[in-house]
Amino acid sequence: METISIGVPSVAAKGSRTRRSVRTRLPAAIALLPTALIVLVVFIGCMLWTVRLSFTSSTLLPKLDWVGFAQYSRLFANDRFLTSASNIVIFGTLFIAGCLIIGFLLAVFIDQNVRGEGLFRTIFLYPYSMSFVVTGVAWQWFLNPGLGLQKLVRDMGFESFTFDWLVNQRMAIYTIVIAGLWHGTGLTMAILLAGLRGIDADLWKAAKVDGIPTWRVYTSVVLPLLRPMVVTAVVLLTTGVVKLYDLVVAMTLGGPGIATEVPAKFVMDHLFERNNIALGTAAATVMLITVIAILAPWVYVRYVRPQGRHA
Amino acid sequence: MSMKTRVSAYTLSVALIWSSGALAQQMKAEVLHWWTSAGESASVKVFADQFTKAGGTWVDNAIAGGANARTAGINRMVGGNPPTMMQFNTGKQFDELVSNDLVRDVDTFAKANKWREIMPKPIVDATVRESKFYAVPVNIHGQNWMFYNTKVFADAGLEPPKTFPELIASGEKLKAKGIIPIALGGQPNWEHNLFRAVVVGHGGAEMFRQLYGTRKPDVVKTPKFKETVEIFGKMRGLVDPGSPGRNWNDATALVITNKAAMHFNGDWAKGEFIAAGQTAGKEYGCTVVGQEPKLVIGGDVFVFPETKDKAALATQEKLIQVLLDPTTQIEFNKKKGSIPVRMDVDVSSMDVCAQKAHTILENPANQVESMEILSPPNFSGAMQDAVTQYWNNPNMSADAFIEKIVAAMRDAA
Repeated sequence: METISIGVPSVAAKGSRTRRSVRTRLPAAIALLPTALIVLVVFIGCMLWTVRLSFTSSTLLPKLDWVGFAQYSRLFANDRFLTSASNIVIFGTLFIAGCLIIGFLLAVFIDQNVRGEGLFRTIFLYPYSMSFVVTGVAWQWFLNPGLGLQKLVRDMGFESFTFDWLVNQRMAIYTIVIAGLWHGTGLTMAILLAGLRGIDADLWKAAKVDGIPTWRVYTSVVLPLLRPMVVTAVVLLTTGVVKLYDLVVAMTLGGPGIATEVPAKFVMDHLFERNNIALGTAAATVMLITVIAILAPWVYVRYVRPQGRHA
Repeated sequence: MSMKTRVSAYTLSVALIWSSGALAQQMKAEVLHWWTSAGESASVKVFADQFTKAGGTWVDNAIAGGANARTAGINRMVGGNPPTMMQFNTGKQFDELVSNDLVRDVDTFAKANKWREIMPKPIVDATVRESKFYAVPVNIHGQNWMFYNTKVFADAGLEPPKTFPELIASGEKLKAKGIIPIALGGQPNWEHNLFRAVVVGHGGAEMFRQLYGTRKPDVVKTPKFKETVEIFGKMRGLVDPGSPGRNWNDATALVITNKAAMHFNGDWAKGEFIAAGQTAGKEYGCTVVGQEPKLVIGGDVFVFPETKDKAALATQEKLIQVLLDPTTQIEFNKKKGSIPVRMDVDVSSMDVCAQKAHTILENPANQVESMEILSPPNFSGAMQDAVTQYWNNPNMSADAFIEKIVAAMRDAA
């Protein structure tokens, strides 16, 4: 038992106990079978199919030849893919960090039992109910130098005011981050607020008795207690980062130039517009490997190692 | 079980009777296309009405967005449940459908109706595979038009430019007067469209064909090409700062509202002027910039998926007849903004831009096949990435851009 700590426990058990447990578990197994099949065929199957296609020379229709790593070497020589990759890192870091910080501050603010709490909560959470397409178009108008913020401030008399990030190659990706933050902080706030509400009031009283300043309680006591909530928020936000596509399409269409291209858009364009299935699937595979590489240590620490210790 | 068998046998026989009955009485055509904007759906309605008049039933299956519609249609063909007829752009989009025997060869109709003689050669070449027609072309779109605001030019005391060096010169003058010289929808495909207009207008038809067709790096290493690229580079200074990300119709609107002087676009932009109540030749003009005006042409075709069903075959044949009928052609193309694919119809009832297009195309030397016909989407996509990088980075040199084109040619080989 010590050595097969991550295996299924019943594998090791023998004799009548196993048979009985099979009988009692049969209905459950049957009930889970469709899900298991879907996971195997649809998720895993499609994943393997995608990886397989990335080693072919498929264009419009899938073709099962073998060209080795040719598509990958083309991919990593492609300006647009490299820009996409660095953009997703910039966006991912700023978006997740920003959502957590702003979301936490908003949650703390609402947790002060402010008047009209329901109203504020609705206002902060409302952007999340918008689709990314609506968010993107709205921010595109708002940040357009000729229509939105810049024009508004200039019309108010500040002639030299300039805010042209949206049309500036170096800054455009940050406008995507701004729109993303506007969209995502509300959800983070809601999750963290639920966590804050779950914290025992006695802790606060104890801290007060000890004379610990409020900010210190938040950073040293509350935040560690909120860990599961933070993890949930990070996981949700990360999926948003990986699939980032519609926001970019609605807001900048990858421009100016290729300044705001992202990997998901690279994959979509090559699969469906450029009849280049092989290069598209190669990019998708790289995305998959990256996600696995980021997730694997976390899964190991969280699920695999603790079990090993208990066994 | 026997009950079930009987039921299914019954359904089958009913279906059989119904389908053979349909052959005699009713032709039902499911048409998959992506003509969803107001002007486009008005034009497809011309086909639908004519087909209904000919005794058929038109089942309209419009899917927004060309790429979406093509993906949906191709999936259905591969899955064995194709529509009766499906739209494509003239060019390479349906190559693999032909090589996989998924679409029907319509060459008997082409021979009987002399399509090879009445249609421009680039369109014929783009539709014929292995010397047989596999699709029915329905229109010709010119892609390199320059629309201009007549009032803005008159006020500035300038003539609309005839060549690109002239255009740069008058552009600078307009800019000094506070007018946006070129209204551009700053999205990669429109930037690329502008680039192609410069290549064909300044570099000529041969350079255009070599760049997009044969794709040999020699062509981009000529001094003439570099000159062309530099002219395109100078045009970066002639658009307004709000251009990046703008939709093409918003760019057209700048010309309509006297804010901008010129706008490069395909003839579909006419729809915007018409919707604003303007008339070609009055408030706005259309011209092709270049020493000898060459028109880059593409268009739309319909393919007919392979089927064994006799009723469906008959329906497809009726559709082909309807699509190319002279009256249908004129009416459809008036709404669509394009010109009839048959050069033998009388276009005097169409607007001045369409008549101009027809006149230009009467000389075969002026017919230049579009990028969609010449290049696989793979290469045009890589080119688009290169063009948008050059256009949006004022510091990028012509040589760096040319290097990127060479790389695109190598990768998409």
